[in-house]
Amino acid sequence: MIAGFALRVRAFLLRALRQPYFDAPLAGALALLAGIGLATLYSASDLDRHLVVNQALRFALGGLLMLLIARVPPATWRNWTPWLYAASLLLLVAVALHGQGRGANRWLNLGGLRFQPSELVKLTLPMMIAWYLHARELPPRWGTLLAVALLIAAPALLIAKQPDLGTALLVAASGVFAVFLAGLAWWRIFALLGAVAAAAPLAWHFMHEYQRDRLRTLLDPESDPLGRGYHILQSEIAVGSGGWLGKGWHHGTQSRLEFLPEHTTDFVFAVFAEEWGLIGVVALLALYLFIVGRGLVIAANARDTYSRLLAGSISMAFFVYVLVNGGMITGLLPVVGVPLPLVSYGGTSAVSLLAGFGMLMSIHGHRRLLPR
Amino acid sequence: MRREPLSDPRNRVRDVERETARFRARALAGFLLVALCLLALAARFAWLEIARHDEFRARSDQNRISVRSIPPTRGLIFDRNGVLLAENTAAFRLEVVPEQVRDLPATLAALGEVIALSDDDLERFAALRRSKHPFESLPLRFKLSEDEIARFSTERWRFPGVEIVPYLTRAYPLGEEFAHLVGYVGRIDAADATRLDERRYAGTTHIGKSGIERQYESELHGEPGYEQVEVNVDKRPLRVIQRSAPTPGRNLYLTVDARLQHAAREAFAGRAGAAVALDPRNGEVLAMVSVPSFDPNLFVNGIGRVDYATLLNAPERPLLDRAIAGGYTPGSTVKPYLALGGLELGLRRPEDTVLSTGEFHLPGDSKRAYRDDKRGGHGRVDLHEAIAQSVNTYFYSLAFDMGIERFSAWMGKFGFGRPTGIDLIGESAGVLPSKEWKRGRMNQNWYPGETVIAGIGQGYWVITPIQLAQAVAMLAARGVRHPPHLLRALQDGINQDPRPAPTPPAQPSIVRNPADWTAVEQGMIAVVNGPTGTARGLGEGFPYVIAGKTGTAERYSRTDETWQNIMSVAVERHQVLFEAFAPADDARIAVIVALEAGHTGAHDAAPIARRILDAWLKYDDDGGRAP
Repeated sequence: MIAGFALRVRAFLLRALRQPYFDAPLAGALALLAGIGLATLYSASDLDRHLVVNQALRFALGGLLMLLIARVPPATWRNWTPWLYAASLLLLVAVALHGQGRGANRWLNLGGLRFQPSELVKLTLPMMIAWYLHARELPPRWGTLLAVALLIAAPALLIAKQPDLGTALLVAASGVFAVFLAGLAWWRIFALLGAVAAAAPLAWHFMHEYQRDRLRTLLDPESDPLGRGYHILQSEIAVGSGGWLGKGWHHGTQSRLEFLPEHTTDFVFAVFAEEWGLIGVVALLALYLFIVGRGLVIAANARDTYSRLLAGSISMAFFVYVLVNGGMITGLLPVVGVPLPLVSYGGTSAVSLLAGFGMLMSIHGHRRLLPR
Repeated sequence: MRREPLSDPRNRVRDVERETARFRARALAGFLLVALCLLALAARFAWLEIARHDEFRARSDQNRISVRSIPPTRGLIFDRNGVLLAENTAAFRLEVVPEQVRDLPATLAALGEVIALSDDDLERFAALRRSKHPFESLPLRFKLSEDEIARFSTERWRFPGVEIVPYLTRAYPLGEEFAHLVGYVGRIDAADATRLDERRYAGTTHIGKSGIERQYESELHGEPGYEQVEVNVDKRPLRVIQRSAPTPGRNLYLTVDARLQHAAREAFAGRAGAAVALDPRNGEVLAMVSVPSFDPNLFVNGIGRVDYATLLNAPERPLLDRAIAGGYTPGSTVKPYLALGGLELGLRRPEDTVLSTGEFHLPGDSKRAYRDDKRGGHGRVDLHEAIAQSVNTYFYSLAFDMGIERFSAWMGKFGFGRPTGIDLIGESAGVLPSKEWKRGRMNQNWYPGETVIAGIGQGYWVITPIQLAQAVAMLAARGVRHPPHLLRALQDGINQDPRPAPTPPAQPSIVRNPADWTAVEQGMIAVVNGPTGTARGLGEGFPYVIAGKTGTAERYSRTDETWQNIMSVAVERHQVLFEAFAPADDARIAVIVALEAGHTGAHDAAPIARRILDAWLKYDDDGGRAP
């Protein structure tokens, strides 16, 4: 029986590779992005080949996962969705109880395999919201909205408590985008925004000072001027010294001489901006916009509500990475640990991002009623 | 509930279409939102990368480029004939790179067994460590002996991160002979740091602390070179971007003759005092000694506390430069100046005589007697004899007739009571007795009796040897003052020709009638050569005519107990002085000698002056050649 299962898995893998469900423009853009990412990392790490190979291996793993996910029809994913969501919530609870990690509990050790459940939630949450809204009358009303809010809040709060505000923000954003794409009436959107804006100072008013301090720290983890100010300043110097055309590949002094903090991970965008200048930045942002746009096109062409909402929210959550990371390194937003997608060094986010694009590929590949 | 949408297939199809349309509208709205946000982000990038580019470019360079100073080589100091007085010699020091040493305290302890490390060394090293980066090489011990170098070399494997490094250190080959004049350099301390140009001294460790080394610090120091180094965030240098070589300091040629200096110092035979020899034609200082002295080399690399305390507290005060800061009572050495004043002011003619009875009384005061040196007096004397025999009564009376105002004004023309302005730091002003001085200092009125004793160089008088030398040089130059100075020429590099240093301008002569000067000069010639002169016989065997004047001043007031106690030791009783110039009619050297303790000026000071003159005769070829 085991042999039979192995054979079936082998056949599935072969099919996934030989006859991939595949959107060429999206895959091409992602490959280009990954290439740019590796080149930037090679420079930012001061020509550390080992690091680049590691990252390339992760891209390969993520790419494989993407092709596998793409083979599974959206309907199957839809049927599994509640179970996957429940499982990921359970893992988050497990992390809260038994997690590991430096400073923050993010990791779960599963028999020697270190695993970050919050990355899984980045996928299962939009799936869950899409699943939930798929069966409901759209556009959603207050009651539906409340249920969705609870579905979002549960994992987001668990992640924020780790604490990992950046991921919590990304997770919550993907849920919110699903609701937005579901056609929530504009007046409801503005009413909600107004309520949030009104509640913020009110909540602030009723908080204890130590809670406010916590919130300040949460929003701005390095609120001491030397720490945060120094990092942001060095990042701004790196970006600003780039000019129109940049200093050239591997000529960015801010990163090479280690003035820039975290220059292979959260601040890698600053290295890119320093070495490629405004022209490079605009080109990169255009590439990101293209990926988001292509994702939305796939969503628009999808067959059912579940597929549409899922594809749309995954695409728009991808954009949130770029916005938050870019805002951070240019000093517009507080320092939040959000990587630049497919450029920042780090495995889990690359893998989970590519898995999300696998979902898009699946939706794209299965958009016709009849399989090819 | 309203109608069930899914119950009617037509409704369902329409709903799906509507839903799709609605979704597409939302997707478009979403895309526009994304595009707008990314545009805003791009605008932010443009703001930083284009609008504020120059600012950030500069800050990035500031980050990455560190300018390191390369200290210049200090200029050398030569005497007028090119004899080295201060040089830079190669020496070896022990340096430690803390980063490369695994266990620093243990290494220092083990090092201490191979090479002697004082507490001063260790303290200084600890202070350096606090202010420097761990990858910088820090000096631990200076001036290693050959023995220490040899011992360390055999044990070197035990001390990774410890190195012997050559460096240049200041040395004074003539040591004690020029300790006061040339001075010495020492480590820059907190007090120096406040008066320094930080940029020029960034890499410099030593600075002139006294003497010429301090006076001409800015000439000797030179201009530092620079090295632009790319550094990382730890300030560790990675590569040199640009380099400009330092400009060495200027070499100085002094007016002094090292041989004359040596002879002058030898002539003192260790007795405390000072001598100055000037060229009256231009104010050049030919020799200037202060005895006792000290070894300036001790100060270069930090004198030990014990050594310093010994020098500082020694009763004979070796650190004091007596030549410019020692205070002496001039005694009879002022008499020629007063005599010239009497003639110039029309109070006396050379042939006017005074009867010396051994005692002088002010009119209407028979109680207070002002004595002559000779019991019973010198009899009737004119100006010539008054100078030759140093007759007090003549000058008591002259000073009294002149009055204190005219007295101080006239004596002031010889430069008494104010610094000569010699190019050496630490000169004293001395005291020229005057009504103003007494009022300012003691808030008391002037008494006529004080004028009388001022006439023989007693009372409030305080002079420095350089002042007296300037005065006698003025006399030798017929009243023309050439301010004394030490710098003769400057040299920009050892291959360049030295260029003469600008000399301070000469002042017009204070003598209106040349006959007055001749009368005084004749008196001074008689001091050395006349049958009655106080220093008669001093000129024997000297080819030129010497003009001079002795001075013997009370060291202690006669009412002082010390004076009573010292009565028996005649040799210690007086401050003794001698001033002279030669050749008398066309002076080329003026010399003064001051001894802190002696019998008389003629007995103790004059022979030293003669030996200086002998040395001058031997070494001076009167070429006036530039070095």
